[in-house]
Amino acid sequence: MKLAPLALAAALAAGAAAAQTAPPASPATPPAAAPGIDVTVSDDSDWQNQTIAIPAFATNADVATQTSAGSTAALGFSLASVITADLQNNGLFKPTGPGALPRPALVQIQTPDFGTWQGRGSDMLIQGFVRAGEDGQVTVGCYLYDVALKQQLAKAGWTVAPGEWRRAAHKCADLVYSRLSGENPFFDSKIAYIAETGPKDHRLKRLAIMDSDGANHVYLTTGQATALTPRYSPDYGSILYLSYYNGQPRIYIFDLASKTQRLLLTARNPLFAPRWSPDGKWVLYSMATAGNTDIYKVPAAGGGTAVKLTDSPGIDIGGSFSPDGSKIVFESDRSGSQQVYVMNADGSNQHRISFFGGRSATPEWSPRGDQIAFTHIAGNLRIAVMDPSGGSMRYLTDSWQDEAPTWAPNGRVIQFFRTIKNSGKTSVWQVDLTGRNERKLDTPVDGSDPAWGPLRP
Amino acid sequence: MKTTATLSIALAAGLALSACAKKAPQSLPPEPGSSISTEAPAANQGPVPGSQADFVAQMMGQDTIYFDTDRYNIDSADQQALAAQASWLAKYPAKRVTLEGHADERGTREYNLALGERRANAAKNALAALGVDPSRITTVSYGKERPVALGSDEASWAKNRRAVTVAID
Repeated sequence: MKLAPLALAAALAAGAAAAQTAPPASPATPPAAAPGIDVTVSDDSDWQNQTIAIPAFATNADVATQTSAGSTAALGFSLASVITADLQNNGLFKPTGPGALPRPALVQIQTPDFGTWQGRGSDMLIQGFVRAGEDGQVTVGCYLYDVALKQQLAKAGWTVAPGEWRRAAHKCADLVYSRLSGENPFFDSKIAYIAETGPKDHRLKRLAIMDSDGANHVYLTTGQATALTPRYSPDYGSILYLSYYNGQPRIYIFDLASKTQRLLLTARNPLFAPRWSPDGKWVLYSMATAGNTDIYKVPAAGGGTAVKLTDSPGIDIGGSFSPDGSKIVFESDRSGSQQVYVMNADGSNQHRISFFGGRSATPEWSPRGDQIAFTHIAGNLRIAVMDPSGGSMRYLTDSWQDEAPTWAPNGRVIQFFRTIKNSGKTSVWQVDLTGRNERKLDTPVDGSDPAWGPLRP
Repeated sequence: MKTTATLSIALAAGLALSACAKKAPQSLPPEPGSSISTEAPAANQGPVPGSQADFVAQMMGQDTIYFDTDRYNIDSADQQALAAQASWLAKYPAKRVTLEGHADERGTREYNLALGERRANAAKNALAALGVDPSRITTVSYGKERPVALGSDEASWAKNRRAVTVAID
């Protein structure tokens, strides 16, 4: 489905022509402080909580749509709700959703009643409109205002197919997030993960996908064969994962358009830990030979010759490319315990970077290149980050067993999975780089091994 | 043999019950094999000689060897168990086996897959040293995905760090 950006003025004008002028709300006392855009985003300082009002999006006419949200008015409410949820959990904003706010009329979308919003103590205001097209498509406009400055900061619009309406909300949240934080957007993205059900000794593990906020959940495999460790391809066309489909751990490429899969390669040896290169042209994998696991790379298209990258008598496994594709961070126990190493993409210059005591595992290079997320094991398993030379190590979580971090496309948020002691139940969690904003994703069943895909085009 | 089979089922049922009854079991499940009957099998109605059921019955728990945290070396108890396996395999030279390698839950998923494979291979190599043709042995690692002891404590983890030999029927 294509997401068509829109010339907003024309779209809104078409709707606004029919709208009535709404009476201005009575002015209220302005708040003592008039905050502007003054946000510091840094790794270890607390982000500020900017208050943002997100009233229901207006519509020119409340008519039926083919979206799961219902009529255009209901859709306008749902859009604002999705945006509110997106902005809620990253420590930057304190959003108030449409349930607690008056609904602006269409004509107010471009001329907000700033007095009302100032009276409610809102620093920022997100307004928008929704309009049903003749062809079933819906058009969504999104506007960001600074209430104190009484100024429009950003606007955009999209025409989407009915099944893709949530993407318009994520695009709007992304617009606001990046405009206010200076960071790259990340909400309009998807997650591949393993959906888990059943008791600890008979766990069913299925490949599944969902939107970055947990919506639009789809199972891709039945669970007859245990599925593990998925990775979305950079173009969202396919997913690499491990399956015991033929009784042995092998790596498959699941094609999302045809819903079919093929073996990555037909080696007779056990294969683990598949990874894409940033350009999607290479696949890293780990293969055991006579009990010794090493890391290889092979062209993703198939048919190419595999290149062996590591050759230590220990277990070398996993791997994550730097964003420019020039380096690979990976895990090895060649020193006696799991530690994190970096090498060039051709396997040269292998050197250890983790020296923290305990064990360090599952390194993942940030899409920004500035950090490596990993699992630190010292009794408990915790999510931590360090810089690519192994410095500035910081824990982001503190629980009994958190593992397998995956980065949001903007390198500012991490998902991972948490296992509960004794029950073995798993869940997917999200934490920001301050470590202060942690939340569980609302998956339909237990979940593990989240793998965050890139920002959608 | 019938006695043994019945006991195994009773043991399995008992494990399942205790796992359901308590969130955090105070008493640990018995050592694998320890509750399996040591009494002589009934003479006439045993499992088919050379079958997996026969192997399990004959091994009396020695179809499984155990490892220390992060280790894959074969200690003397393991060596004894593997010798018992090797002599059974010598009796049935056409028999092939799968060696399943496992890890406890206190490690990361992918590393544990590689570790389980390393353990299965260590057991395979030891069997080969005892005269078993390595071409009769295939290995598979389940990492931490298939625990037998369900607690989150040292005793359970010790039971889960294992390599299990399974005769292919």
